[in-house]
This record gives sequence, structure tokens and C-alpha cells, in this order.
Amino acid sequence: MQSNTKNIIELKDVSFRYNGGAVLEHVSFSVSKGEYMGIIGPNGGGKTTLLKIILGLLRPADGEVSVSLEKNEIGYVPQRASSYHLRFPATVEEIVRSGRTARLGLLGRFGKKDAEAVDKALETTGISSLRQRLIGNLSGGEVQKVFLARAFAGEPKMLILDEPEVGIDIAGQEEFYTFLDKLNQESGLTIIFVSHDIELISHSVRSVLCLNRRLLCHGSPREFIKEEYIDQLYGKKVKFIFHEHKE
Amino acid sequence: MEIFQFDFMIRAFLAGAAVAVVAPLVGSFLVLRRYSMMADTLAHTALAGVAAGVLFGVSPLAGALAVSAAAALGMERLRSGEKIFGESVLVIFLSGSLALAAVLVSLARGFNIGFYNFLFGSIATVTPAYLYAIVFCTLAAIALITVFYKELFLISFDEELARANGLRIGALNTLLILLTALVVSLAMQVVGALLVGALMVIPFITAIQFKRGFRGTIFLAIVISLVSVFIGLFLAYYLNLSTGGAIVLVALAFFIASLFV
Repeated sequence: MQSNTKNIIELKDVSFRYNGGAVLEHVSFSVSKGEYMGIIGPNGGGKTTLLKIILGLLRPADGEVSVSLEKNEIGYVPQRASSYHLRFPATVEEIVRSGRTARLGLLGRFGKKDAEAVDKALETTGISSLRQRLIGNLSGGEVQKVFLARAFAGEPKMLILDEPEVGIDIAGQEEFYTFLDKLNQESGLTIIFVSHDIELISHSVRSVLCLNRRLLCHGSPREFIKEEYIDQLYGKKVKFIFHEHKE
Repeated sequence: MEIFQFDFMIRAFLAGAAVAVVAPLVGSFLVLRRYSMMADTLAHTALAGVAAGVLFGVSPLAGALAVSAAAALGMERLRSGEKIFGESVLVIFLSGSLALAAVLVSLARGFNIGFYNFLFGSIATVTPAYLYAIVFCTLAAIALITVFYKELFLISFDEELARANGLRIGALNTLLILLTALVVSLAMQVVGALLVGALMVIPFITAIQFKRGFRGTIFLAIVISLVSVFIGLFLAYYLNLSTGGAIVLVALAFFIASLFV
């Protein structure tokens, strides 16, 4: 990965094709340190592909991607984490500790510093009491917190989350995004996440990126989360149903 | 006890203990990586190596190790190429190596008792040299698993995250299947090529039913495997049964019992 002092992430004219079909076309944007960004768009609009390109899991067909962080400095919570591995025989502590793997390197062994980082991650996400529970015995919301704790255990400088609200009920979602917001404000952690909940995003993030194969907007949610943009993004009339959020 | 008055039985128990430890240790990662059939496939390729060894007058163990390691690398290359479905690769190698073993055995003028022992296992075939080899290789396998434990755990639990973290998935997969080739080659003399896969998989899936953490499940799988091997060896000796068959049936009995826990 190339370094860039101004922005953490910079994409220039990035395109991606899968089996000949365009998934992303000429996408350009940048993410600065401490940004809290939500990505919205319809299914198949390229949101997850974009995250995977940033993470280095996919290579773009064209364009340039510059990420100024090492791979072990990026925390990643994959899509639908709550429906995976439910029969895997592992405790919460073992899974959270695995978030330290990349930081330790090939021959590194788990030590005191790692145990402290795991304790802190469990505490930060409020799941210390679940430490010895098996992952398969947790609720969707609890599992999502475990994956978030695993990402924190690696002491990331940037957090990337793909639809983190899946498997969490409405009350849990609000609590989750409030928690992310607090993290971003208090520790300056750069956060990028994909979500389907446009209304929730409008209350949470500092910037929004609208994606439907092409980049349709990038800026403040106040500016872009309006019916005219959303209709354009989803290609049809979208009805807004607002629900109340705690301030 | 009468059974321990014979040197070959003491060697069989020591070799059995080594196999009982290393088989579920490597097998646990195979199960979690959805590679369970890999052990069986490599055992069949090891059989072709044994047949080649018998035909060309080289050590059957060396033949088994060489052929199964080469097959392991070939399978991983074909699987990662994504041109063929993963399971189809296993079927190609499994049936192909069995066909090759059958042809090599027929070229060696028939089915001899030594080859039969490799199919179903035999306690009488554990020589001092084989015992040293199996203990050395078991220690080497344990050392490798210990060194790469955290990486193997992560790729088993979440391969996508492991990739995002920059772990070398291809190299770790290759390590795992080479270890599998090593285990099946060594264990086939005790449990037999047709049954070695069972000892790598059944104790671990039995241990999973007890709902412990990852380390606890592996430890329990090793205990179940050790008990299965020891009971199986006793039964094989006193009732004059096939060693591998007796061991695997005991392991299966534990698995069935675990479903009621």
C-alpha cells in the first residue's frame, strides 16, 4: 500500500468488473483521518465490493487505490457476521483474541499486552461478562459486538464495517450507532460502514457516500439524504418512514 | 498384563498413542475448514504410494509419504485454481489413486498380506524404526501446529478477515494439507488407510458436542482419540479383530454417546 499524508484512503477512477459485468465504474473519492462515513446504495450497487477493494481483498480492473495504513491497522467487521460460524467451538475471548493475530506477526505469541488489549476491547463493547460463552450461544446483537470487539482488539486506526446492523433489533441498532459515534468523537477513530438504513445513517455519520455502480454523491448527510437524491440512487420513488431517535 | 509382555504390543500402544494425539490435532482444522474428506482422499493416495513401494522394493512408508505429499500439493493447486469444484478435485484424486494402487498391486502379482495390513491396520507391523519415525513426525507436527496455531485458528474461523489482515492463506492451507499427508502416511499402519480419516474427524466432532472453547475442544478430542485407540487395541488383541476397525468403532460409539449429552 502506498502512503499518502493528506488522506487515509484515496481512490482515483476505480472500476471493477465481475464476469464481464460492471460492478463499479469510475469511482473517485477520498477519506481523511477521523472521518465517520456511511455508504448507502441499492443491492448490487457495489458497496461491499468497494469495501473489499479498500481492504485489498479485491483488485480493481482500472484506477488507483491508495491506503496509507498497514493491513494490521485496519479493523474489519464483515457482512452478516452474526449468521456465520455459529457451530464453531470457540469462546468469545478466543475470537476477540484472534483480532491480535496480524499485529503479532508470524512467530509472535500471545502475551500480557495482548491480554490487556482483549480485556479493553471486551470492556469497550460491554461484553466482558460474555468472555467464556460460546459464540453459538449468543444473540445476533451480542455476536455483532464480539466481532466489533475483535476488530478493536487489533487496536485499529480505521474501522470498516459491512452492514453491522444485520441481526440486531431496532433498539440495539440505535445503541450500536451511538456507540460508534462516541468512539469516533472521543478517540478520533476513522470509521467507514455500509448500511441499508438511510434514516439511521442520516442521524449518525458526518459524511455519506451514495453508490450505485457509480458514485452519485459524497458529502454531508444533510445535503444528500433528500428524496431527490435517494430516488436517483435507488432508481425509483422511495417512501421515507421516519422513526424517532434518541438525542 | 499379558498384552504388555510382548514388545510389538508395547510398540503398537506407543505408536497408537502418537497417532491418537496427532490425528485429531490436525483433523480439527480440517473439519473446521470443511476439508474433512481431504484426510480420506490423502489416505487413498498414500495407499498408491505403499503399492508403489511394494512394487519397486522401497519402504512403503517412504512411498506413502512421497505420493501423498505430491497429491496434497496437486490438490491444493487444482482447488485454488477454481477451475474445478473443490469436492470434484477430491473425487478425482481419491478414485484415481485407488485405481493406481489396484494396478500397481496387480503388477506386483497379487494382493499380499502386507498390503492388506495397510488397508485396515495391523498392530504386528509396528517395527522399532516405524515407531521412531512416527514419534519424531508427531512431535514435528505438534510443533508446527503450536507455531501457527493463531493463524490456523483465524483462517478456520474467518478466512476473509485473515485475508484482509494480510495472512498468507495459500501457504497456511498448503501447510495444513502437507501435515494431513504426513499424518495419514504414518497412521495408516496402525488404523489402516481406509479408516485413518475417521480418526482425524470423529473424535473432534464428538468433542464439539460437549460445547467447549477451541482449545478445550481440541484437548477433549485428543483424550477421546487416545481412549478409542487404547480400547480398540485391547479389543483387537484379545478378540483377534482388525485394529483399525476396532479403534474406529470405539470412536464411533463415543460419538453416538455424545449426541445424548
